[in-house]
Amino acid sequence: MSNNTDFILSIEDLTVSFDGFKAVDMVNLYVDKNELRVIIGPNGAGKTTLLDLICGKTKATSGSIKFKGKELTKLAEHSIVRSGVGRKFQTPSIYENLSVFQNLEMSFPRGRSVFGCLTFRRTTDVIDRVHEVAEQVMLKDSLYLEEAGLLSHGQKQWLEIGMLLMQDPELLMLDEPVAGMSVKEREQTAVLLNKISQNRSVVVIEHDMEFVKRIAHKVTVLHQGKVLMEGKMDKVQSDPRVVEVYLGH
Amino acid sequence: MMKAMYQNMLGGRSGMIGLLILAAIIFLVLPLGLDLFRLNLVGKYLTYAFVAVSLVLLWGYGGILSLGQGIFFGLGGYCMAMFLKLEASDPESTKIQTTPGIPDFMDWNQLTALPWFWEPFHSLTFTLIAILAVPTLFAFIIGYAMFKRRVGGVYFAIITQVIALILTILIVGQQGYTGGVNGITDLKTLMGWDIRTDSAKYILYFINGALLIAVILVSRVILGSKFGMLMLAMRDKEERVRFSGYDVADFKIFVFCLAAMISAIGGAMFTLQVGFMSPTFVGIVPSIEMVIFAAVGGRMSLIGAVYGALLVNYGKTVFSESYPELWLFLMGGLFIAVVMFFPNGLAGIYDKYEKKLFTRKPRKGSASAMSSRTLSDPQPGPVRDAASPPAKGMGISNQPVN
Amino acid sequence: MDGYTTSELWSIFAMQGFSGLSLLSVLLLMALGLAIIFGQMGVINMAHGEFMAIGAYTTVMLSKVALEYGFGNYYFLFAIVASFGVAFLVGYLVELGLIQHLYKRPLDTLLATWGLSLIMQQAFRSTFGAKEVSAELPEWLMGSFKPTETVDIPINGVFVMGLTAVVCLGVFIFLFRSRWGLRVRATTQNRVMAGAVGINTKKVDRVTFALGCGIAGVAGAAFTTIASTGPTTGSLYIVDSFMVVVFGGAASLMGTVLSAFGIAQAQSILQFFMDSSMGKVVTLLVIVTILMLRPEGLFAAKVRR
Repeated sequence: MSNNTDFILSIEDLTVSFDGFKAVDMVNLYVDKNELRVIIGPNGAGKTTLLDLICGKTKATSGSIKFKGKELTKLAEHSIVRSGVGRKFQTPSIYENLSVFQNLEMSFPRGRSVFGCLTFRRTTDVIDRVHEVAEQVMLKDSLYLEEAGLLSHGQKQWLEIGMLLMQDPELLMLDEPVAGMSVKEREQTAVLLNKISQNRSVVVIEHDMEFVKRIAHKVTVLHQGKVLMEGKMDKVQSDPRVVEVYLGH
Repeated sequence: MMKAMYQNMLGGRSGMIGLLILAAIIFLVLPLGLDLFRLNLVGKYLTYAFVAVSLVLLWGYGGILSLGQGIFFGLGGYCMAMFLKLEASDPESTKIQTTPGIPDFMDWNQLTALPWFWEPFHSLTFTLIAILAVPTLFAFIIGYAMFKRRVGGVYFAIITQVIALILTILIVGQQGYTGGVNGITDLKTLMGWDIRTDSAKYILYFINGALLIAVILVSRVILGSKFGMLMLAMRDKEERVRFSGYDVADFKIFVFCLAAMISAIGGAMFTLQVGFMSPTFVGIVPSIEMVIFAAVGGRMSLIGAVYGALLVNYGKTVFSESYPELWLFLMGGLFIAVVMFFPNGLAGIYDKYEKKLFTRKPRKGSASAMSSRTLSDPQPGPVRDAASPPAKGMGISNQPVN
Repeated sequence: MDGYTTSELWSIFAMQGFSGLSLLSVLLLMALGLAIIFGQMGVINMAHGEFMAIGAYTTVMLSKVALEYGFGNYYFLFAIVASFGVAFLVGYLVELGLIQHLYKRPLDTLLATWGLSLIMQQAFRSTFGAKEVSAELPEWLMGSFKPTETVDIPINGVFVMGLTAVVCLGVFIFLFRSRWGLRVRATTQNRVMAGAVGINTKKVDRVTFALGCGIAGVAGAAFTTIASTGPTTGSLYIVDSFMVVVFGGAASLMGTVLSAFGIAQAQSILQFFMDSSMGKVVTLLVIVTILMLRPEGLFAAKVRR
């Protein structure tokens, strides 16, 4: 790992403490271009906090996060998003009272300033893009549902992924994307993730090992705020330390 | 282009009907049906309606409750009053004072020269700009400091309330500069035009009404744009909006400044029509009463806010004339009732009633019409001025604008 | 501050400081009640000042009765308990009828309790008249100490201060050392979970709210020792009390105590040097400015949100 600029995301010595409790402790993590990385670990290992740090929701105590060579730790959330990082939350976070179409439209990366919003026009490129993404996340039939809150739980997860795809981010971070999904939906999501990671990097937090096996290029195990180990799925699965803290139960 | 204007400014067919009815009431029914004294009272109520409309934008759509809209109403009103007072205090008519040419209350408080910040109010152009700019700038400073640091909800409400209190104490305490608790009184002419005559009162009433309608139209355009949609999204899932690349604070600052400006127009029109301005319209109590105007009318309905302001003030006048001791009970009850039982105010009741009345028309068809419009319309949908219960979330309901 | 010698300045500070004690006590008791209700339950109670007025009126009424039957010297201690009791009871009923329906809508609670405060003010006016009434203070509360030539300390201020300390201690023990307090804190932190382990969260809410109101009642009793009571007495203190709570950091009782001390003292010392309205303006401006720089208040813990 000689040159940071080879990686789309390089995290070095990242630490955050809440009143003395170190939720993330000297973490180093490097993600390649077009890589699909899965982060696993027991509850409280600091997985979600790590994503919070990358997307700027939580400010780091020390350490650095570089995205395409650009330091993120000092940037505001919206600037991080605009530089190409997208993030899905643990519980599906969509605009329940807007239509599915509007949910996607809102995420279209144009007219993001106050003035831009006031003068925004729904041109054909917006409409085309919404249709394209809706197709991708299997929501074509629900596109005109007037309240996205009426979608099933799994569909909401897809919608949020779709909202991120609208932004066409270079780094996509997904916090438990298949939670609450049926077996068939998990299957479809795996296919979706494999497809979208072809031209962007994806970081996924997941507990479902079968699902992780299907998608992961590489797995990072977090434990008590530290990186316990990192590597291919089969290697990680057979590691005695990982088995003890996580997979064993 | 025409279609876009129809959808956005007029809110579609039902929105246009609602607006026409309001315009007819303001411009025809009330002037024909009331004597000048009563009409002047209505004119005063309509200046409060500006504040109520601003609260629909800010509170109903933005989810930001300001308990300090009196600040901006007052600032607008005071700017206007300062100009009129200077005109009324020419050296000729104030020659019995120790220092002729300055407002009488300054003379009473032993001031011998006009304070520097009064000087520019000799100019009408400056005054008109100040009426809009001073409150907006003040709102910008407050909004920037608070929203950039993510102060919101209850904290914002209380801090705006405290600022209203500070301003009131300041105005009352600095008698020599502000006229103190009596305010700025004895206003007579605007560029030589006597605003106390009957004809002036009629003219000002109509100007006031026209400005109010214009403000509603502009508000509809804003709510009908992507900005309006974003406000709903922001109220629902602020984090998601932020992580879609929007700087949430900017939008809140904008809508707060806009609301301040609208309130200030109301304040200036108040001064012109009533002939004075005083700290009674700045403080905590008037500010929170203005919230109840919006709440009674329906916090999601621009037009409802106007009716709310008219109705509550009419009630206040009637009760203070005949049963003053009952009024506070009624007002208090109104606050509780509107929150507990009618969260969407008159607009909500109207929607329900209207639904029953027009069941033969395919009401649910409007829902699907809505969705298909979402698809085909080159504009983001029209203003959704009507409301559904806030607990369930109010967003895009498909009721017509009222 | 020219024209004062250093020793004169010290005397002024000391005296204004002690005269600030009474204000501090009332503010602190008000803020304590608010902090419990707002900090623990997230409810904004705009009628809190009227609960203080309930306590004050209770004390005034009792003082009239006490004078009639000639136990004017001892009634005050009983009046404190009674003020608490009456305010507690009314608070309990208000929670039952109004607040419990609004827990998820803080802004609406704010408006509804404002309406309630209007109703209560008018009720006071209709019952006790628009004029201010005052309690007959027992003799032992009158007068003052004179530790040095220039310093004068009123006894009622010291008594009220002691009362406040006792109430604070009581609240602290209740919240952090008792079973009930444990239930209250559990409910605050995780309502669903608290319910699941068998805590009657509705009852906890009701008692917490009533307790906050009861403490406001005690503030009212304390208030009668320094001023007379009118229908709008409570509304004069509500904004200041809110400032104390917000300034101290809503969830921190210690913060509430410190910020009440700071605000009351600043106000009373500033009012000596400027006129009273400017003293208040400066104090409030400073608070608002600090809150803009540090919105979470002075004493708030950093947690993952």
